[in-house]
Amino acid sequence: MTSDTPWHALRFEGVHLAFDTPSGPAEVLRGISVTVPLDGITAVVGPSGSGKSSMLRLCNRLEVPTSGHVTLDGTDLADLDPLALRRRVGMVFQRPVLFAGTVADNLAVAAPGIDTDPAAGAAALARCGLGADLLDRTADQLSGGEAQRMCLARTLCTDPEVVLMDEVTSSLDPAARATIEALATELTADGIAVLWVTHDHDQARRIAQRTVVVDDGVVVAVEQS
Amino acid sequence: MSTTDIGWWGLAASLVLVAVAVGLSLALGLGLARTMLWSSARAALQLAAVGVALGLVLEPGAPVAWAWVWVAGMTVFAAVTVARRTPEVPGIGPLALVACVAVVVVSLGVVFGLGIFPMEARAIVPLGGMMVGNAMAATVVAARRLVGELSEQRDEVEARLALGHSWPEASRPYVRRAMRTAMTSQIESTKAVGLVFLPGAMTGLVLAGVDARQAVAVQLAVMYLILGSVATAVVVIGLGVVRRLFTPDHRLRPLRFC
Repeated sequence: MTSDTPWHALRFEGVHLAFDTPSGPAEVLRGISVTVPLDGITAVVGPSGSGKSSMLRLCNRLEVPTSGHVTLDGTDLADLDPLALRRRVGMVFQRPVLFAGTVADNLAVAAPGIDTDPAAGAAALARCGLGADLLDRTADQLSGGEAQRMCLARTLCTDPEVVLMDEVTSSLDPAARATIEALATELTADGIAVLWVTHDHDQARRIAQRTVVVDDGVVVAVEQS
Repeated sequence: MSTTDIGWWGLAASLVLVAVAVGLSLALGLGLARTMLWSSARAALQLAAVGVALGLVLEPGAPVAWAWVWVAGMTVFAAVTVARRTPEVPGIGPLALVACVAVVVVSLGVVFGLGIFPMEARAIVPLGGMMVGNAMAATVVAARRLVGELSEQRDEVEARLALGHSWPEASRPYVRRAMRTAMTSQIESTKAVGLVFLPGAMTGLVLAGVDARQAVAVQLAVMYLILGSVATAVVVIGLGVVRRLFTPDHRLRPLRFC
């Protein structure tokens, strides 16, 4: 697979994932097998501790399976360069992660040099509905919703084909939540696939084309909306 | 009585200060009285044993190799001490040994290579001890701080990794911060020397009757060497430890930090 070949499907094949804990190994994924088409929004839904965030972290190799495989169009992620993979499979975390410095400094972590190119910085922010006036603002002065949108803008700076969104609206008010949901839908219009983890079934039904329901480390249902 | 021979009476009299410390602990309920008594007794035993052994090493005509064996022993002991104080750092023992050996090689190499002090047992042992001792303390701080930084800032580190940064890039700000913290104490001591306190080597020389200007020159050389030793140890341990906290495929390992 060449680096510019678009991907069509992400597949989990008998994936187990366990962590060492003080009380012994804890298995968070117990033999997951599911195929996720890489178009539109796919929601991964389940209660806290069901393993849905771990599934997401396997997709950009922040975790690797204890056994089983995660593949992109048949290629095992273990055979891909993790750094290149992570730029093609971006991730936005549950709590906005703000680096020290201004918004422009934050964007520059993903796109070196963008902090000295106001037009490029403004374009990156505009993609997520943020104004160019924020570029020089200290990142920790942003509201929760602005911070999460800035994190999405930062992730988009690597030009990903897939964006992993891990409970990104869980700490936001309804207005900010609606804005992020709309942005996710806009991304799909640009050909970017979204994997959206949430514990909120209503939200999944509202925004996703398909839903993978996870409980206690296994996939219990795959629903089409 | 000379300033270098305090005699048994002088030694016994100095115990009055231990009694004061124990008394304060008892009066204030600090619970440190037993520890202070044990520490004082242990120090007396250790130093008595060291005094006997050092006497043999420093005896006129004794082979210089004995002094190097002494330094090697201190180096290993320092590495073991670092490993015992930082159990949360994976694989710290061998790294601490490498750091301490690097300190000895660099600092004593400069000292004797440039002829700052003559290469004799009387210089090798105390200088080696000072370099390794200071490096040991800084090594513990650097290792603990680095694991602490990466553990506390795990979200940030993983966000950087998720943006496609390699582990050296993703960890750089936190490694720098840990290194700065570990070196700051020695830098502050270097700045305050003479103004706030008279350091050990100079105090010893002055008490031994050496001219104050000569004592200052020796102390300055020692301070500079210690600064270099601490920097060497912190860099070696910082770069070595951070490598062990990430996987080859750029993932941050689970960290246990207490």
